[in-house]
Amino acid sequence: MYKFLLCIRYLRTRWIALASIVSVTLGVATLIVVNSVMEGFATEMQERMHGILSDIVLETRSTMGIAQPGWYEERIRARLGDSVSGVTTVVTLPAMLTFQHNGNSHTSQINLIGIDQKTYASVSDFSKYLLHPENKERLDFILKQSGYDPTRKHLQPSGWEYRQPLARYRKSSVDRLLEEAKTEEKRYQELQEKIQEEKESDGNDTAINSLMAGPGIKISGSTEPIKVFDAETEQRTGIVLGIGLGSLRRRDSEGRVDDYFFLRPGDDVQVTFPNAGTPPRGIDESFTVVDFYESKMSEYDSTFAFVPIEKLQHSRGMIDPRTGVGSVTSIQIKLKPGIDLNAARDALRDEFPPTHEFVEVRTWKDTQGPLLAAVQLETTILNILLFMIIAVAGFGILATFFMIVVEKTRDIGVLKSLGATGSGIATIFLGYGVLLGTVGAGIGLVCGLIFVWKINDIAKVIEWITRREVFDPTVYYFESIPTIIHPFMLVWVFIGAVLIAVLASVLPSIRAARMHPVEALRYE
Amino acid sequence: MNSTTSNNPTSANSTTFPPAPHVLRTASRVTPWRVVHPDEPLGNEVPDGVDSETAESAKGPVRASDSSRDLIIATGLTKAYRRHKTAVPVLTGVDFAAERGKITAIIGQSGSGKSTLLHLLGTLDRPDSGEIIFDGGRIDSLPTRQQDRFRNRQLGMIFQFYHLLPELTLLENVLTPAMISYGAFQYWRNGREIRERAKHLIELVGLSHRMKHRPRELSGGEMQRTAIARALVTNPSLLLADEPTGNLDHETGASILRLLRQLNEEHGLTIVMVTHDESIAGQCDALVRLKGGKVERLETQFWDAIPSSI
Repeated sequence: MYKFLLCIRYLRTRWIALASIVSVTLGVATLIVVNSVMEGFATEMQERMHGILSDIVLETRSTMGIAQPGWYEERIRARLGDSVSGVTTVVTLPAMLTFQHNGNSHTSQINLIGIDQKTYASVSDFSKYLLHPENKERLDFILKQSGYDPTRKHLQPSGWEYRQPLARYRKSSVDRLLEEAKTEEKRYQELQEKIQEEKESDGNDTAINSLMAGPGIKISGSTEPIKVFDAETEQRTGIVLGIGLGSLRRRDSEGRVDDYFFLRPGDDVQVTFPNAGTPPRGIDESFTVVDFYESKMSEYDSTFAFVPIEKLQHSRGMIDPRTGVGSVTSIQIKLKPGIDLNAARDALRDEFPPTHEFVEVRTWKDTQGPLLAAVQLETTILNILLFMIIAVAGFGILATFFMIVVEKTRDIGVLKSLGATGSGIATIFLGYGVLLGTVGAGIGLVCGLIFVWKINDIAKVIEWITRREVFDPTVYYFESIPTIIHPFMLVWVFIGAVLIAVLASVLPSIRAARMHPVEALRYE
Repeated sequence: MNSTTSNNPTSANSTTFPPAPHVLRTASRVTPWRVVHPDEPLGNEVPDGVDSETAESAKGPVRASDSSRDLIIATGLTKAYRRHKTAVPVLTGVDFAAERGKITAIIGQSGSGKSTLLHLLGTLDRPDSGEIIFDGGRIDSLPTRQQDRFRNRQLGMIFQFYHLLPELTLLENVLTPAMISYGAFQYWRNGREIRERAKHLIELVGLSHRMKHRPRELSGGEMQRTAIARALVTNPSLLLADEPTGNLDHETGASILRLLRQLNEEHGLTIVMVTHDESIAGQCDALVRLKGGKVERLETQFWDAIPSSI
């Protein structure tokens, strides 16, 4: 009983010891903040990767692709049974994007992905990263009238609202040119007639005649109207571009981060990609941008472009003329929640051995393995370093406790003379360690949680003080810092910190317990 | 505990198997000090039938000590402190006995070993040789735990510098031995009773109005009164006082001595007091003078003549 009383009294009267555990508090708070933010980043990143990558991918590198996707799908479903929740076929190709901006041609390298609109949504939550609300529901590769993310002012106007005036303007320029050309032709004819008249009066002048033979183009005429693509009312095949392909992230004059769009929904672009022949030849097609894709993974946002799979199969010559079945380059599989990814992958690897069929089976984690492993390693190392900080704090506690034990030597002697046992004395100081650790770690826990809870406000304050952005959105693509708090992590950090405080108080406690009562009483 | 001897009686004398020290000890005449169960009433126990051998052997040089008359008896105590491998002898064969219900003073010059003797009597230290018998049971050779228990239940100690715990209030200081005595649960169960006793003792030493004060807010005399109340809270049968008035002015010292005498007379408390003040020693019932680690006993002659002077 006296042990608890003395523990609590020492805690209340020895503030120096509390100072020694400030480092425990800071360590605990830092650990919680770091773990929450790292977890938030990692989860956000995984979610985005997973969102686009589906669970398991069967991929071939052959230019012709998998000729009988239906047969493969049957075998996959037969092998995995109920655990499959969706299968879709995909054609992926390296390609080149070309577009005009301010009268110049620009090119970028892209990953062209042909997707099956009917089934793609069943394997990936790709649509939720699109800008237009209707496309988020269901993507149909048809240009919308307007309504592409009204929060971005540089994206307005877009859709038909943007395409129609542009087309009209272009058409009117062409019409004006045609009008000028017609006037020119008329003048030319008049001139020719005049020369004819003069020639008839002056005789033949072959030199002038040949000179005036003219460009020989006949613009007007009685030819039937050719079926011309009318950009004002028609669109090419739709393409969804990664947002990084059509925009630049920059700061405006007031320092706000803003996306400047040099391509917007309604623009036409050209895509050049290899056909399925041997050797492959480049073919090019025009597409109309119907939406942007923003996963905030810059790797994806700056390289991915999605088009309907039929268009690609048709243009590349991937459709078997006898059966009308198009071949694909990969098959993506979505499993039901809770199914072991690796086991399913191994089953499929067994089903499609590389010796027989040249298909590669990978999970999304295999695809992004190095990145995920790097994040994991970073978290682990940070945890070790921060626990070392707490361990350093442990030595501080050790030193402080030794001082307190020396300071309390006479009291220890008195307690022993009153009949307190050695273990009872040790319990006082061990209990003191537990109390200090609990208080320090508890305060750290609360501070850490408040920090995580208010992290975005805190980031703003730091930005205001340093006039510098903590998380530059031009780099990180995060509007706010993502955080996730695992209760298990909190418990683990708390117990670890208290344990270190207790371990640090073991040696001073033993010293106190072993003190000789007479010497302790005589201590000055 | 002596299973070796009972199983094989001849082995006790065999050359290959000398009996362990504790076997020898139990074979001797002393019954070990009995451990009190927490539920039993504290202190003031009637001693068990004393071994006749004990009484006979515990003879001092001055007068024969008697277990039924003397509460604590020490025989042939020696103690030396080691300083860098050289032993400094402090006590060289001290025989001592304190009569039940009397105040015994130990007097001597500085360094005569009187504090050391008190510490040995209080089991705070172990003698190099000799033995101490309390209430018929030997205490100097008990295991540490049992000595702790003995100090807690049977002894009260007060010191020259009071030695109160500065973090605790007066009442908590007085309660400390009781808290040590009981576990948390038992303390909680008997809390009211213990508290009543502590308050009664504080009243007895005249500090009821100071119950919630910290030691640093008390005067020297008040601190010593608190220490006395603390020493008595477990209802011990022996009070050891190490120069209880050594740090107090004459007036306050006299009042402390009056209090001790009152406790002695009204409650039959046996007191052993170390002092270097001849006049204080003179007021005690018995006096033991230490010199050079030896003892000479002086009976006090003038106590009955001047009782009111204390």
